[in-house]
Amino acid sequence: MNKVVQNAAEAIVGITDGMTLMLGGFGLCGIPENSINALVKSGVKNLTCISNNAGVDDFGIGLMLQGQQVKKMISSYVGENAEFERQLLSGELEVELLPQGTLAERCRAAGAGIPAFFTPAGYGTEVAEGKEVREFKGKHYIMEQAFDSDFAIVKAWKGDTDGNLIFKATSRNFNPLMAMAGKITIAEVEELVEPGELDPNFIHTPGIFVNRIFKGVNYEKRIEQTTTR
Amino acid sequence: MLNKEQIAQRIAKELEDGFYVNLGIGIPTLVANYIPTGVSVTLQSENGLLGMGPFPTLENVDADLINAGKQTITTLPGSSFFDSATSFGMIRSGRVDLTVLGAMEVNDEGDIANWKIPGKMVKGMGGAMDLVASAKNIIVAMQHTNRAGDSKLLKELSLPVTGLGCVKKVVSNLGVFEITERGFELKERAPGVSVEEIQQATEGRLVVEGEIPEIVGIWE
Repeated sequence: MNKVVQNAAEAIVGITDGMTLMLGGFGLCGIPENSINALVKSGVKNLTCISNNAGVDDFGIGLMLQGQQVKKMISSYVGENAEFERQLLSGELEVELLPQGTLAERCRAAGAGIPAFFTPAGYGTEVAEGKEVREFKGKHYIMEQAFDSDFAIVKAWKGDTDGNLIFKATSRNFNPLMAMAGKITIAEVEELVEPGELDPNFIHTPGIFVNRIFKGVNYEKRIEQTTTR
Repeated sequence: MLNKEQIAQRIAKELEDGFYVNLGIGIPTLVANYIPTGVSVTLQSENGLLGMGPFPTLENVDADLINAGKQTITTLPGSSFFDSATSFGMIRSGRVDLTVLGAMEVNDEGDIANWKIPGKMVKGMGGAMDLVASAKNIIVAMQHTNRAGDSKLLKELSLPVTGLGCVKKVVSNLGVFEITERGFELKERAPGVSVEEIQQATEGRLVVEGEIPEIVGIWE
């Protein structure tokens, strides 16, 4: 089976209005830049996006927000994006904020065939509203359910044509979890190699989870806060 | 009164050799600059790094290597990278010995609010709710009052809660407080700050017993 597609435009074929997408990355680190740009060009609308953050005003998911393509964001922290905050406070954009570990685990659960789990995070807070609470060994936990997403879009450092992926440094973050969780998973990589060129000992995401893979181009890798000694 | 750097210096005295520590954004990040001599701690950054090093030199800046505050950083010998689920696995299973967080409000039962001001500011909780739900030891670094002079150490929170009964200690610009069943127990005063000033600035239950020493070992 050939998983390799030529570019982002080809990779996102089948993403249509109203779908739910997972997008990897933490801040702007490890985001699927090529695919986001292709989604912006495609004009697809009413998306629900699951991503830890919402980019910044003029980069990452922020570009999709500018184009009013996002109906709902599911994130843990959105502090870096003024347009996001504006759309949220004005009611144009629906937002579900979740504890970061819960967001990660709901991705992991989806990729692990586990429909729900109990976590202490958010007990007694707004996050717990409407969710089942149970007590284990004297401590309270809330039930969280696995995410359901049509596509997961991740960015890896290296990949092979079988879909095996290796991530670099802290750009790993949510990417391997989301790669496991999409009904269809798209991986964009900086280096695309032939099977056998990546050491099996160092694969983070086994190829079984990846449906489409392509070599990304022109990575900007914007840094939010360049901090030096 | 303590400035932000001095609050961080005081909190750094709580670090013990061998601790795994998660430092939040803002004043907590500054704690890393004051780790006592002879104490070795490992900093956890919840975006997927254990063993966080100092900021890089300009030529070593790497866009793929950031901390949870989105600042560029470096690794150290012995560092490791991992995904976000593994990261919060460490946190929820209690492996992180100390968490230092900022707060908008804390009450005298150890509840904390730091993620949302309804109708005004919605940034999100990030990893804070996971951290406060599971961390063994949580110290809050905060200003004692807001700009209007109102206490942020309260009887009841006015803002949406981040976690219940989790804060063990508060280091503010006015002093050091342990939170027990009796409320905020004043342990140390900032240099030049009287007990009366602290009483006036504290809305929640404040316990003052005996002579309250001034904080020592803080430098300019």
